[in-house]
Amino acid sequence: MTAIMDNEVVPETKRADWQSDQEVRWCPGCGDYSILTALQLLMPDLGVRRENTVFVSGIGCAARLPYYMNTYGMHSIHGRAPAIATGLAMARPDLDVWVIGGDGDMLSIGGNHLIHALRRNINVNILLLNNQIYGLTKGQFSPTSEAGKVTKSSPAGLIAEPFNPVSLALGAEASFVARTHDLDRKHMQEMFRRAYEHDGASLVEVYQNCNVFNDGAFSTITKKDVRDDMLIDLRHGERIQFGSEGQYGVVRRDGGVEIANVADVGLEALLVHDETRQDPSTAFALSRLAAGPTTPTPIGVFRAAHRVEYGSAMASQVAEVAAESGKGDIASLLRSQPTWEV
Amino acid sequence: MTETATEPTIPAVDRVIIRFAGDSGDGMQLTGDRFTSASAMHGNDLATFPDYPAEIRAPAGTLAGVSAFQVQISDHDIMTPGDAPDVLVAMNPAALKSDLDRLASGGTVIINRDTFEERNLAKAGYDYNPLEKGDDLKGFRVISVPMTSLTKEACKELGVKPRDADRSKNFFALGLVSWMYSRPVKPTMDWIDAKFGGRDLVVAANKAAFGAGHIYGETAELGDQRVIVKAAPLESGTYTNVNGNTALAWGLIAGGQLSGLPIFLGSYPITPATDILHELAKHKAFGVTTFQAEDEIAAIGSALGASYGGHLGVTSTSGPGVALKGETLGLAVSLELPLIVINIQRGGPSTGLPTKTEAADLLMAMYGRHGESPMPILAPRTSVDCFDVAIEACRIALEHRTPVMVLSDGYLANGTEPWRLPDVDSLPPIKVTYTTEFNHKNADGEDEYWPYLRDENLVRSMAIPGTPDLMHRIGGIEKEDGSGNISYDPTNHAKMVEIRAERIQRIKVPDLEVVGDPDADVLILGWGSTWGAITSALGRLRKDGHRIAHAHLTHLNPFPANLGEVLQNRTHVIIPEMNLGQLATLIRAEFLVDAKSVSKVSGQPFTAGELETKIVEMTTGEAQQ
Ligand code: SF4
Repeated sequence: MTAIMDNEVVPETKRADWQSDQEVRWCPGCGDYSILTALQLLMPDLGVRRENTVFVSGIGCAARLPYYMNTYGMHSIHGRAPAIATGLAMARPDLDVWVIGGDGDMLSIGGNHLIHALRRNINVNILLLNNQIYGLTKGQFSPTSEAGKVTKSSPAGLIAEPFNPVSLALGAEASFVARTHDLDRKHMQEMFRRAYEHDGASLVEVYQNCNVFNDGAFSTITKKDVRDDMLIDLRHGERIQFGSEGQYGVVRRDGGVEIANVADVGLEALLVHDETRQDPSTAFALSRLAAGPTTPTPIGVFRAAHRVEYGSAMASQVAEVAAESGKGDIASLLRSQPTWEV
Repeated sequence: MTETATEPTIPAVDRVIIRFAGDSGDGMQLTGDRFTSASAMHGNDLATFPDYPAEIRAPAGTLAGVSAFQVQISDHDIMTPGDAPDVLVAMNPAALKSDLDRLASGGTVIINRDTFEERNLAKAGYDYNPLEKGDDLKGFRVISVPMTSLTKEACKELGVKPRDADRSKNFFALGLVSWMYSRPVKPTMDWIDAKFGGRDLVVAANKAAFGAGHIYGETAELGDQRVIVKAAPLESGTYTNVNGNTALAWGLIAGGQLSGLPIFLGSYPITPATDILHELAKHKAFGVTTFQAEDEIAAIGSALGASYGGHLGVTSTSGPGVALKGETLGLAVSLELPLIVINIQRGGPSTGLPTKTEAADLLMAMYGRHGESPMPILAPRTSVDCFDVAIEACRIALEHRTPVMVLSDGYLANGTEPWRLPDVDSLPPIKVTYTTEFNHKNADGEDEYWPYLRDENLVRSMAIPGTPDLMHRIGGIEKEDGSGNISYDPTNHAKMVEIRAERIQRIKVPDLEVVGDPDADVLILGWGSTWGAITSALGRLRKDGHRIAHAHLTHLNPFPANLGEVLQNRTHVIIPEMNLGQLATLIRAEFLVDAKSVSKVSGQPFTAGELETKIVEMTTGEAQQ
């Protein structure tokens, strides 16, 4: 999130103000378009200044997004966006720093930076556009591709199991983790707004369709006609219940959670979602409900817990020391070890 | 124990080189450091060389575990910690075995006799006791002292357990050597109080051990060993004793102050660079932020992010770390953002010799990135020079919006020398200008911002995030000169490659100074930490009537404009380097000069003596007229 520090009224903006003059160059039909639109439509509502907003990305199809936002932006190198954004956010707490990347960028080559940015809880909003494939290099499996997947680099079927980005983020101590998908603009905007409002690192996994190399990877659960039965909408303080008739729900079982028929267990047995729980175990259990985006899958905010934000904690350490020892003075610094006169 | 430094009857010598050697657990670095400080206070010129193993605790008593500290003190200006020690303090058989070769002929060995028992001898690879048999010690003066038992004896009445007393034996050695060289006592006593304050028994034991060593000198008829090294006629001023890493860290802080920018250090622990992170972490009062990143790549990435935000990003590391940072350096070159990379070189490749010195990363600094990716390179020549070079790096990075590589090395990093503190008010400020207004008009005459619009030095415009109206995107993809928009146009790419090369060449660097006999047929060209050894060697050679010129490069990219001229009309251009001839390769390629290299890649710095011999060998007949 964010930290606007001026008290002046932020001038009103429109979607067009957030669109850069660059031609958008994703494949026609790519899920990235709707994500970009969701963002550009949301920004005026957030009441922020364009000049105080920075989008940082790595490499990949998703990483082109900063070019299309009329804000400050850096299209950096593969995997490193969270690291670069960390330095920027620490140096400039007055900025809203967004990180955009795909599953290869953030979970493969940049996995180390992602988990540490989350662990530190540095104030950046990370949008992980997960299409379960390498798009820009034309169709190799990614760390979120399902086992068995046949791609150009796994012609006999992928052997390894995929990451579950939400589980991974929770394991990395993330204080804010959410999931959404590219076919539901309103839900995306709600998740992006929540990420923006969260103090600390926030990770939003966006199921994004790559219609060229992995078309329909999420359609089993995200298409309009199946959504009600396949997406489990997590709402803070509400029972976790889904299905066109509200006929399914989530209950605790054996230290984890599972899906049950409401008719069998009764409404009272349903788990009430608490995203603020300090202990991430329940959030983690929820992230394990679906092995992949093919069975009923939770979306929404898994966790939004309070933790100390790294940048401001560091800034107050710096300020405290400065207050204690006074402003530094080079001449005395050079005399801080034993000296003698000649 | 009395203050004896000024007794008039003690004969004076002009300099002495002492090497304290013992097991890693024996506290030799601390002992050497204390002796150095006392000598500094006494007014000597000095230079130190800590030489320690990579393992934190190598097996006790083994050769691998030997940790040594060499210091030269003198009554005149010196440049190096000296070649062959005059005195070797060997706290155990392994120390004797590993370091005796270094001792000057006729030198003195001070031995802790108590450790020369069967087990320790075997661990050091002796199948006999050299104190009793063999002729290892022939030709040396041997002072064999039961330091451990005398220390225990001295501590007995204090109620210190023998085991704990054993730990104070380095103070016995220090007391003895301090007596031999008439060092002032008080600074060390004060230091013990300050360092071990609150642990009364430790204070008492260390003082008792020091005293016992001192008394031993007086009573054991070592009188003829006792000398004094008078204060050197140093220029008047306030002095401190500083090592290269500390001076470098302070230079970065000064660079931040001079430019008015907060310093952001992204770093990952690596020997021998970590002390820079430690030092900068202490100085938050200067607005310094230090960030211990998850890896070397994040360290430079975060620094670049901070630079993009208008702070001065710095990352400190050693060779293996620079290898990992290569891709981000390419990005920094392409983004044309200020950034400082500190490389404290060590023996390589790979893990190599983490605690030993080498200067073999010059070609990596010059060429070790994908694509044509030039960046300025600077190398300090002494520990003290690290301060000025760090400021110069800040100046170039900020005024020219470019990553800058500083090549220090393990020898400068840890070696100390007295520093006459500069007048900080006289340091010129560093100009940083960020663009805050539109700088271009589009075809329709509307204002717009072009991030790659350049000034006469080809330095691009930079508007930092937060600047109203000038929102723009930059990235690693090739961009159109001027507008900064993505461009795959072949001609534009060719132009950008040339601009990136040319803008580094346009950085103004001071002309190369030639010292010694500037017009001599023989030129010794050096860079980095070889300065001390070269200067000492040439001093001796010139005394013997050789005519030799010496030039030493601080700026390795771009080279000083007069370098070609300096190289001209020499019969010999000799380049001593702690690598297999990397500067020589550059010089030969660029200037078509038949430069010859003198290499040393043993993890040890050059000694003046070996350079002297080498230079005579290479120039005989021609240099001596
Ligand atoms: S390759 Fe896939 S992810 Fe990339 S732009 Fe095309 S459709 Fe989108």
